[in-house]
Amino acid sequence: MLTPTICRMEVEAPRLAAAAQPGQFLIVRADEKGERIPLTISDYDIRKGTVTIVTQPIGASTADIVSFEEGESFADVVGPLGNASEFIGMSTEELAASHYIFIAGGVGTAPVYPQAKWLHEHGAKVDVIIGAKTAGLLIYKEEMAAVCDNLHICTDDGSEGFHGMVTALLEKLVNDGNKYTQAVAIGPMIMMKFTTLTARKLGLPIVVSLNTLMVDGTGMCGACRVTVGGKTRFACVEGPEFDGYEVDFDEAMRRQGQYRTEETAARENHVCRIGRGK
Amino acid sequence: MANKIPRVPVREQDPKVRATNFEEVCYGYNVEEAMLEATRCLHCKNPRCVGACPVGIKIPDFIEKVKDGDFAAAAAVIAEDSSLPAICGRVCPQETQCEGSCILGVKGESVAIGKLERFVADWTREQGKAPSGPVAEKNGHKVAIIGSGPSGLACAADLAKLGYEVTIFEALHRPGGVLEYGIPEFRLPKDKVVAAEIEAVKALGVKIELDVIIGRTVTIDSLMDDEGFEAVFVGSGAGLPRFMGIPGENANGVFSANEFLTRNNLMKAFRDDYLTPIHAGRKAIVVGGGNVAMDAARTALRLGAETTIVYRRTEVELPARKEEVHHAHEEGVEFRMLTNPVEILADEKGWVRAVKCIRMELGEPDASGRRSPVPVEGSEFEIEADTVIMALGTSPNPLIAKTTDGLEITRRGCLVADENGATTREGVFAGGDAVTGAATVILAMGAGRKAAAAIHAYIGSKG
Repeated sequence: MLTPTICRMEVEAPRLAAAAQPGQFLIVRADEKGERIPLTISDYDIRKGTVTIVTQPIGASTADIVSFEEGESFADVVGPLGNASEFIGMSTEELAASHYIFIAGGVGTAPVYPQAKWLHEHGAKVDVIIGAKTAGLLIYKEEMAAVCDNLHICTDDGSEGFHGMVTALLEKLVNDGNKYTQAVAIGPMIMMKFTTLTARKLGLPIVVSLNTLMVDGTGMCGACRVTVGGKTRFACVEGPEFDGYEVDFDEAMRRQGQYRTEETAARENHVCRIGRGK
Repeated sequence: MANKIPRVPVREQDPKVRATNFEEVCYGYNVEEAMLEATRCLHCKNPRCVGACPVGIKIPDFIEKVKDGDFAAAAAVIAEDSSLPAICGRVCPQETQCEGSCILGVKGESVAIGKLERFVADWTREQGKAPSGPVAEKNGHKVAIIGSGPSGLACAADLAKLGYEVTIFEALHRPGGVLEYGIPEFRLPKDKVVAAEIEAVKALGVKIELDVIIGRTVTIDSLMDDEGFEAVFVGSGAGLPRFMGIPGENANGVFSANEFLTRNNLMKAFRDDYLTPIHAGRKAIVVGGGNVAMDAARTALRLGAETTIVYRRTEVELPARKEEVHHAHEEGVEFRMLTNPVEILADEKGWVRAVKCIRMELGEPDASGRRSPVPVEGSEFEIEADTVIMALGTSPNPLIAKTTDGLEITRRGCLVADENGATTREGVFAGGDAVTGAATVILAMGAGRKAAAAIHAYIGSKG
């Protein structure tokens, strides 16, 4: 457990670990009756054949995942899904000339880690902002510090680091004279929306990673439809990363809540079966 | 000369009762009914039914065995040409294939070939006497099959019988492809029929690896270069849903039929003990006129929604099987023909509240001979709805072509393949919806069988 509710897991999946790249996600299913849950990949180790995921209980199925004990198995783990981050294709010169600023919120901090690590290892300059409501909810501080040039912490209540939202800290850093070439925001949809607004004000290009609803994750269902640049796109196969300026966040947030009524009912009626021999 | 008895009717669940459950609609023949129906076959010298079957089942031969009451022998005849008889007996469009060419159908009613096939398959399965057919000794050659839908299963079964070491790679967590995620339980029972027929294919020695996405988890190149597969069959289907591109289509409550059916069938959302949610709403509109539209409408109805099918031509042009349309009518699905949505209207919270439609009329026949629908100007009107399901067809997933060198696709995104399934890349074959675009289970099986023969010849030619 990274916090009382956020949980990190290393999952054995050799084929997946060998193919994973920063920016991609996977889908897990806790047991025969669970949902298919898309989760961004937080780390991967080809040698050990494992991938790392970080999650917190939101609905009945994620609650099942978090209740796993070490040594238990998912019914299914499939991936990697989606496209790798665009910087994977950059030249050494381009990377050396880049200065990335990652803006990470909540559980979204975990998938920033492999991206920061990759860029750091490939010669780019990397700053990371980690934001949380309060100090106790901050995750990945030590890990991130090891793979970036400057780590900035902020909390809404001021219990650690900068007192305020990630948007305020981003604005301060830029106003202090930091010349970033690219921003990347990963976190709750609402946080990505406001970070994009701030980035636009600062003239900073920004990429966001959309955690939309999905069923199959391979382009079959279309539950992940988002409007990007006025066009409907499937986040699962055309994303999950998009140019923040182009994303219709209000629609994306509305669509995320599409099954809220059904999910509330499921949570209230749900009796966790994990570890009870089904 | 044939006897004059009429086609033996098949027993079905009462429409009012079945509209509220997911149990199978059709009960199928019992022993007496099947044997009686079998007596109607004329045993034509040149049986047109066999030629009209995409996999060439020796229909009069198996019907002869049914007439004699030797159902195991009948099953063995079918098994020579089909590995999925309980499935095909249920979902094949027999009226345009075997039964459509039956000589009895010219003046009266054709032999109920589909129902007889289903009876034979169900009977042998229930008696534990399903035939496996002869399996050749292992020849040491490895073939990879991409996708465990009808084309992949048919191809795998034929190759396994020839002695190949066959591995099927499936992206989802259950095998079966469209049989599992697309066709609903009330038309094709999953555990009883689909899982059982897949087990029979596995019993031939076919391995199935689930949760592997070709083009992401591994590529065709890595399968051939690193894992020793000498040939690959791509049967990845047509999984990408189409939308209309009209305003309001991303409103909450608008779903692709793929999403709606996958949630219900693969994820079993209709069952309380499964966690995946589904939203059928109070009033559902299904747009489209194919089998998928019928499946989606009948599913929404069973989940409690008042359901209307909206289609831009007339009932005569509905591409769905007659039986499915008939069943939908019986169950209480409303049909609004010559109607086409132009906009989805949402409430202040972004949820669907109505569909704005325009009335259509049939114009001059187009190049395909079908009269194309044209909108009647100024005839817009609204239909109230809180759920809209788009069943407008699907196209192949571009992932495999994008990640495989030398694999060409057509403008419509279908893989380019010759009549034997050979693609533009040596050693890679393809068939089913991935090549043709969305079609039927049996055509996919036929393509899978042809490709199996071509793969056998290809590997043989390499020595």
